[in-house]
Amino acid sequence: MSEVATPKNVLIVGVGGQGVIMVSKVLAQLCQNNGYEVKQSEVHGMAKRGGGVFSHVRFGPKVWSPTIPEGEADVLVALEWAEGLRWINYLKPGSGTFIADCQRIVPPFACRNRGRGAEATYAPQTPEEIIEQVHAGFAIDATTMATNLGNLRAANTVLLGALSTALDFPEEDWLESISMFVPPASIEINREAFFEGRAWAMESDKRVDETAAGLHKAHTDIHNVDIDTVVEITEEWCKGCDICVKMCPERCLRMNDQLIAELALPDLCTGCRMCEWLCPDFAIKITNTPVTPPALEPAE
Amino acid sequence: MVANRERIFLMAATIGLFVTFELSNSIFCNTLTARKMLFMNETLARPAPEVRSAPTARPLTGNEAIARGVWEAGTKVAAAYPGTPSTEIMENLGTYPSEDMHAQWSTNEKTSLDVAIGASFAGVRAFSSMKHVGLNVAADALMSFSYIGVNGGLVIAVCDDPGIHSSQNEQDTRMFARFAQVPILEPSDGQEALEYTRQAFDLSEEFDTPVVVRATTRLSHTRSAVNVGERQVVEPRGFIEQPSKNVMIPAHARMQHPKVLDRERKLIEAMNTSPLNRIDPGDRSVGIITSGITYTYVKECLPNATVLKLGVSYPLPETLIRDFCASVGRVIVVEELEPFIEEALLVMGLEVEGKAFFPRLGEFSPEVLREGFAKAGLMDAPKKTEGFDFAPMIRPPVLCSGCPHTSCFMALRALDMRVAGDIGCYTLAVVEPLKSMDTCVSMGSSIANAVGMAKAGTETKPIVATIGDSTFLHSGIPPLIDAVYNQANITVFLLDNHITAMTGGQDHPGTGKTLRGDETARVDYVELVKALGVEFVSVVDSYDMAALQHQLREAMEFKGVSVVISNRPCVLDPVKIKGPTFVVDQDNCTACQSCMNLGCPALTWSDNWFEGRHKVAIDPNACIGCSLCAQLCTSDSIRPLDLQEAANV
Ligand SMILES: Cc1ncc(C[n+]2csc(CCOP(=O)(O)OP(=O)(O)O)c2C)c(N)n1
Ligand code: SF4
Ligand code: SF4
Ligand code: SF4
Ligand code: SF4
Repeated sequence: MSEVATPKNVLIVGVGGQGVIMVSKVLAQLCQNNGYEVKQSEVHGMAKRGGGVFSHVRFGPKVWSPTIPEGEADVLVALEWAEGLRWINYLKPGSGTFIADCQRIVPPFACRNRGRGAEATYAPQTPEEIIEQVHAGFAIDATTMATNLGNLRAANTVLLGALSTALDFPEEDWLESISMFVPPASIEINREAFFEGRAWAMESDKRVDETAAGLHKAHTDIHNVDIDTVVEITEEWCKGCDICVKMCPERCLRMNDQLIAELALPDLCTGCRMCEWLCPDFAIKITNTPVTPPALEPAE
Repeated sequence: MVANRERIFLMAATIGLFVTFELSNSIFCNTLTARKMLFMNETLARPAPEVRSAPTARPLTGNEAIARGVWEAGTKVAAAYPGTPSTEIMENLGTYPSEDMHAQWSTNEKTSLDVAIGASFAGVRAFSSMKHVGLNVAADALMSFSYIGVNGGLVIAVCDDPGIHSSQNEQDTRMFARFAQVPILEPSDGQEALEYTRQAFDLSEEFDTPVVVRATTRLSHTRSAVNVGERQVVEPRGFIEQPSKNVMIPAHARMQHPKVLDRERKLIEAMNTSPLNRIDPGDRSVGIITSGITYTYVKECLPNATVLKLGVSYPLPETLIRDFCASVGRVIVVEELEPFIEEALLVMGLEVEGKAFFPRLGEFSPEVLREGFAKAGLMDAPKKTEGFDFAPMIRPPVLCSGCPHTSCFMALRALDMRVAGDIGCYTLAVVEPLKSMDTCVSMGSSIANAVGMAKAGTETKPIVATIGDSTFLHSGIPPLIDAVYNQANITVFLLDNHITAMTGGQDHPGTGKTLRGDETARVDYVELVKALGVEFVSVVDSYDMAALQHQLREAMEFKGVSVVISNRPCVLDPVKIKGPTFVVDQDNCTACQSCMNLGCPALTWSDNWFEGRHKVAIDPNACIGCSLCAQLCTSDSIRPLDLQEAANV
């Protein structure tokens, strides 16, 4: 069997609501205007609800499959940092270009750990680490650039500007295509955003925005603090109002058969003291005893 | 503190007023100037591109192409119930002139098919679209209508979801077509989606049968250039009085059934020579048989193979297939999901292979095919390249910031009820932190599931069924009547967010607007529910945590069927709601994490700490000002921005 035809593959990823589809439509339109066959494929549905979204854009003289196989993307454009990392192995090893906004969108799911000293479970890889390892790559603070221009929503156009350095289309074609997909009133600001992103990425093959370091700093000074929590409920004082049961953030209290509060799920109790503070009858006492020397407040 | 809470609540009560319209989703423009090719880089400096972008070529998704085909076929009546990935077909049909076609949302898929059937009886071309599981709902009508046949051509577009991107299963609609003995067409790209849909109407009238056009998620949601045509003028035939054909009593059905078998024979004959089935000649050592979007993956992986591309996967063109198999060495069937074609060929006594190399579940892709072809010995196993080695961060879909379903499930969790769930955005409450849904089967199952649980007599927790407004109208009313009739002791929690949200915000009979946005009658749930015999009905504001808990508790204590209706619009559709943001007083917050139990995506950890835990901050761009977190805050640290600013002075 002979060589498989190889169109250009651009994978655009982000979080629901960020505009992944808008970015891919701009690119698809641009490619079509330049006479290529284009297939742009996305899967939405749950995407809108803050989950990950991705869109494949393939263009060339002839395009069969609408999807890009792993390891075959010429460019990966990520509107959000961790989403970029999710798809990074889709890049062509040795020749792919990685373009990512270094801003982080931390999902609620990442803030579930109730342990003391726990950090959000956000992707720990820093922009420096990643950009160093890809063939060509940019960790760009498009969100801040756009905000400084006066319109947060133009962040995607900043990224398009960076993308324009990885694909050979004339500037005016990009601008024409962009202006078809942004509100007429914001065409000018998007034009500026495009040039800003383009100029920023033009400088070299690899670049990390200075703000990226700040965004991705790790709280290495926080240790896990081991604390023994004891919850004491004075049954005689409890009048069964169930305020503590309703307000316990971990939902570990319940009313027993006698309508007296009890600690039903001691493992979940974080010792936050909420019940102690809220009980109108002072029926609850929380004692937190450190097991190891505490380092509660982080040093700045 | 009390005054503050009241104030907060008032703010929340007014936020529906601070609405901003979502930027209208701009569609691809129609001024397509085919451009001279500039600045080609090396990879692209290949032979001149095939000119597909003639002046009439438009970038259309598979769904938009199907809609275009429906319109071009001269269709007069179209009806659908939304369902990913099929929804955009009807949304798109709603943009064609109303003089050309009546297009509507129906209450459910069966209703939509019945509407189309009625139009076919009346002698015009008719159309209905749905997702794969929608056909289960419409199946009863389809099975009988298959016997009746058409007057005006009738086409049903069914969109399957291999890979279960957003569905409850990945059933294969081709099995249904064979079950109902109706032809099923499988386009492989946007262009074919349009053309097959058009031709489906001709087939329907020629062979006196409803016809199914099957798309899959990938085809439905892939955009490519499609050459469009004009709308065909079809003369309406008018109603034909013919009870033996149109009225399915046993005597008539017995007469119609042999005609169905005869129709099948004729179709097989016709499909042997139909251009819908075609052969791409190539290397004869192996012959590939495939259909639908999988064809594009085959071409991607084996561009030189001999391929029999079946545009119609039921009924199969027997002679064509036999000739094809005889003309090549080895035959491999490549099909997504069920071994539908493969098994049919085995029954024909042909020696074919297929599922030995390719999975029977999940979505196909060039990668999956390469692996299969490697197993079959047709190519080298794909090399696993060394890449980055880390597990990606989990980012499950979540309820929107300020989603009115949030508080409902927060309350259900606090009350520790046994929750029979249903399908909609609210199904996201099945995971932490809301984690308060125990079952979810199919659209409209919740209420009757709750009845069964109650009648089983094993449950110690109070039983509640949660059901969205659109789902309730789709298939929740008969089970509610069942509950009342059988005196079940359950609470029905009707989550009225005034829209069909999950599928992207479609109108339904409870919104008072039609598909085209015209005003129409609006269902009054309270009156409706009362009329069914429910004695306990109450309406409660979803942004009032305390009232919600209070109402649910009362409903739970009521013996018999009680109905609680939560009442707040979805924050995304039909208009994007954005009220003034709330802020967390960083000095005051005790990092208790109570607010984090809402799972609101606007709430996140700040860089400040208290006793070893992160304090909480609110992203002002994401917060819509619903006030729920402020109502939950145990230390009264969350306030509307202006109150907080005043406090800071
Ligand atoms: C039989 C069937 N038809 C359609 C769908 C697609 N679907 C899933 S949820 C949903 C609508 C839910 O709307 P609603 O009940 O109002 O809840 P909301 O999403 O607004 O919270 C639809 C149409 C389906 N899963 N099954
Ligand atoms: S200290 Fe009290 S309120 Fe906090 S988690 Fe433990 S039981 Fe719940
Ligand atoms: S789309 Fe509407 S109903 Fe769905 S999660 Fe968002 S706010 Fe809630
Ligand atoms: S942060 Fe609070 S007020 Fe804002 S949307 Fe979320 S729950 Fe509502
Ligand atoms: S509920 Fe209030 S005190 Fe607790 S973490 Fe949230 S903002 Fe802080």
